[in-house]
Amino acid sequence: MILPLNLWLIPLLPFAGFLINGILGRRLPKWLVTTVALVAPLAAFAVVLYAAAGVYLFTHIQCVPSVPLPCSIFKPYVEAFGQWLNIDMLHIDFSFVLDELSLVMLLVVTGVGFLIHVYSVGYMSHEEGYARYFSYLNLFLFFMTVLVLAGNALVMFVGWEGVGLASYLLIGFWFQKTSAADAGKKAFIVNRIGDFGFLIGMFLLLANFGTLTFTEIATKLGQDPGWNGGVVTVIALCLLLGAAGKSAQLPLYVWLPDAMEGPTPVSALIHAATMVTAGVYMIARTHVLFDHSPFALSVVAIVGAATAIFAATIGLVQNDIKRVLAYSTISQLGYMFLGCGVAAYSAAIFHLVTHAFFKALLFLAAGSVIHAIGGEQDLRKMGGLWKKMPVTFAVTTVGVLAIAGFPPFAGFFSKDAILYAAYLQGAQGKALWFVGVVTALLTSFYMFRLWYLAFLGKPRGETAPHHSTPWSMLAPLVILALLSICGGWIGIERTAGSTGLSRLSSLVNWISMERFGGFLAPAVGAGAAEGGSAQLELILSAAAVGIALVGWLLAHLFYRQKSTLPARTAAALPGGYKLLANKYYVDEFYGAAVVKPLLAISTYLLGWVVDKALLGGAAWLLGGIAKFAGALLQRWQSGNIRSYAAWLAAGAAAVLLFVVVPWPAVLASLEAIHFGVAGH
Amino acid sequence: MSSLLTQEVPISWYLLLSAVLFSLGVAGFLIKRNLITVFMSIELMLNAVNLSFVTFAHQWHAVKGQIFVFFVMVVAAAEAAVGLAIIIAVFRARATLAVDRIDLMKL
Amino acid sequence: MHLILFVVFAGLCLAGAINLLLQSHPINSALSLIVVMTSLAVLYLLLGAEFLAAAQVIVYAGAIMVLFIFVVMLLNAGREERTLGSRTARSVGFPAVVAILAVIATVILKAHGLGVATLGEGLTNAQDNTNIEEVSRVLFRELLLPFEVTSVLILIAILGAVALASHSDGPQGNGERTGGE
Repeated sequence: MILPLNLWLIPLLPFAGFLINGILGRRLPKWLVTTVALVAPLAAFAVVLYAAAGVYLFTHIQCVPSVPLPCSIFKPYVEAFGQWLNIDMLHIDFSFVLDELSLVMLLVVTGVGFLIHVYSVGYMSHEEGYARYFSYLNLFLFFMTVLVLAGNALVMFVGWEGVGLASYLLIGFWFQKTSAADAGKKAFIVNRIGDFGFLIGMFLLLANFGTLTFTEIATKLGQDPGWNGGVVTVIALCLLLGAAGKSAQLPLYVWLPDAMEGPTPVSALIHAATMVTAGVYMIARTHVLFDHSPFALSVVAIVGAATAIFAATIGLVQNDIKRVLAYSTISQLGYMFLGCGVAAYSAAIFHLVTHAFFKALLFLAAGSVIHAIGGEQDLRKMGGLWKKMPVTFAVTTVGVLAIAGFPPFAGFFSKDAILYAAYLQGAQGKALWFVGVVTALLTSFYMFRLWYLAFLGKPRGETAPHHSTPWSMLAPLVILALLSICGGWIGIERTAGSTGLSRLSSLVNWISMERFGGFLAPAVGAGAAEGGSAQLELILSAAAVGIALVGWLLAHLFYRQKSTLPARTAAALPGGYKLLANKYYVDEFYGAAVVKPLLAISTYLLGWVVDKALLGGAAWLLGGIAKFAGALLQRWQSGNIRSYAAWLAAGAAAVLLFVVVPWPAVLASLEAIHFGVAGH
Repeated sequence: MSSLLTQEVPISWYLLLSAVLFSLGVAGFLIKRNLITVFMSIELMLNAVNLSFVTFAHQWHAVKGQIFVFFVMVVAAAEAAVGLAIIIAVFRARATLAVDRIDLMKL
Repeated sequence: MHLILFVVFAGLCLAGAINLLLQSHPINSALSLIVVMTSLAVLYLLLGAEFLAAAQVIVYAGAIMVLFIFVVMLLNAGREERTLGSRTARSVGFPAVVAILAVIATVILKAHGLGVATLGEGLTNAQDNTNIEEVSRVLFRELLLPFEVTSVLILIAILGAVALASHSDGPQGNGERTGGE
């Protein structure tokens, strides 16, 4: 009794919006463009809600309690549109799959996406490329939903590449600016490196499993106990490379800070909430591969933790408000990878959801500030805005508290779940936990730094707000703030009741992490948490909160009270400050190590040797032969009648000879003579 | 001496004469430098061919051979008329009758 | 008789042909050619083609060669110049001529079915003994159409010759055609 969920509508509606706005947008009146652009994601969100309702109806029925595993009778809902490739052993369909994981992602993508569309109406209202912007945004939604709904790796790759394309188009939206165009190119090219990994992973999957459908791979892995390490590790690492490219992890994170050249809603949607989380989603989707390869899992965790702390250190000294948020995004993505790396996929997805809320909120608030003060993005020139922009100040406060990890805001629960799961993973896990805690300290510090510099204190520079913020920009901010407050409550653990919180926990008993984790379990597997206890978790949570408070105090010290402290600290550690301010010179290193050699090869090897010498030479040779032959034959055309007559006569003689002389007999007699002579 | 008077001429001699005249015509075409003389060599070639036709007509008692010669003569006459007109036109244009100088067709 | 006549007039033919090649003035070459043609006419007589012999003298020697001489005199063609030669003509042409002659001569000499030419023998043994009767019998019955067509051919040739040789708009001013219809 499964209702037709019409999953195909979810990508199709944004795609229709893209077509209409893309082709006709310039000729349509603005209100029509806006309507089309907003109706598409809203309708897609409605379809997702309909699907969610359908899902809920089925998971409401619990299984037998004696069975310890979380279960539901909701089977992944598969919609297949027919064959795509059918060559020999290669059978790939266009198939969409709706299971718990994709449902959660879809809710985030379409829900937050819709809110950002609404925000963009106000933010981009003065833009000339209004219709183009919305068509690109809808295109992005189309590809992102395809990515999420994909039932096999190839369809996911279509969405993968497509969101990369949409990201390029949107980063370079103001393409007349060279820096924006360059940033778009950089994003696309660095993503390509990751995509290479994804492709190799797909090839290996095909070679070893014969299929790219996720469920079939899971089945095959489960059947044969021989699949452990070896090939699976290689595949997992290749997929990790792809995810690292898309989700801006070390070493492929360099595109994300530059991507801030795009409009702020784009940064919010693509580079905070949805596209960059595609890597995490992909790992969660293919978690069976990672589960069978502990080595790959630990690589994922280490990459995540390293990225988290690396990006956090850079974010400490950035002066552009969007850059701070960009590095914060990279850092939080590192947390999600850490969660995946300790096989706590539900926790990682949980953090993905909450991060989408508060990061989008923070970006949109930053956009509101930038919009209000006429395009200024430098934190050193802001200040004292809390009076003039109260709503923005309030929602930013919520966002900062959430990202720093204070309860009861969303970030606390999700970050806590990840760190707890990491701690339980043995010695390496404890080290990772420590790194995560340090990163949390740094996160809290630089987020409050941003808060103080932008909103509090005395106004620096001429930053009096020029424009008031329209409601189309404020409403999404408020909604996202509400989500940042309550969004984490779906993950509260059902506590054992031995502490004073039991009253509270029984209040919120009906929603629990077990429920969220259990909800996701059929899709991502039960967590590998062993040997934990509620008390340990409470201790660790308290430690995390304490660290966050320390960060806040430090920020207060530096930026609220003694405003010369930052300068003195920077003067005391000039080398360190310079290193951080220049982002560890990674871009310069890549430029020298990768880009320059490539350019040199292109110019000298390919440009001179292959292009000029080989190809040019070949072309010159062919032409030369033709010219030479022509020149040779040209001497025949002398215009001299007598030579023409001579050749005529020669031709006639030849014909005569050929006709008259009995050639077989002549040749035979010649041979006879030859043999006769030789015989003697 | 009487055998010399009554001796018949083999057909092949006529044919050989025709062949030699033809070759002389071709050689003249190649040697001569005056346009009109070249044209005359062509006429010589035609006459040689006429001789061979008549010879074969005599051999096989076929009157059609002689009729062919008649037609060849007609065509040769027409050709001579037109050809000489062309030579006159060429002379008017180029003011020379030297074959080697008339080479406008040169690439 | 036949043999002597043949040798004499064949010799005249060859002499005239060689003289055509050797002379440098076109008039001399033309006169040599007339000698060749009249000798050929005699040879035709020897072969029993009286009509053709007459036609040869009247048409070829009498009309065509006269035309040639007229043109030579009209154009005032002088002696040949010793101008640029053509190496191709010498290097390619002569071997070709020699080859042609050799091939044809070999074929002729090796042919079996050739007999001898008999003097005074007619073509057919029918009632009409004269050659011209035989010729006209075929010409005006079977080959009437080609005969008529040749008259058209001659007409075209006349028109062509007149058009080509007439004066175009020259420096005289008016482009009046000389030489009427």
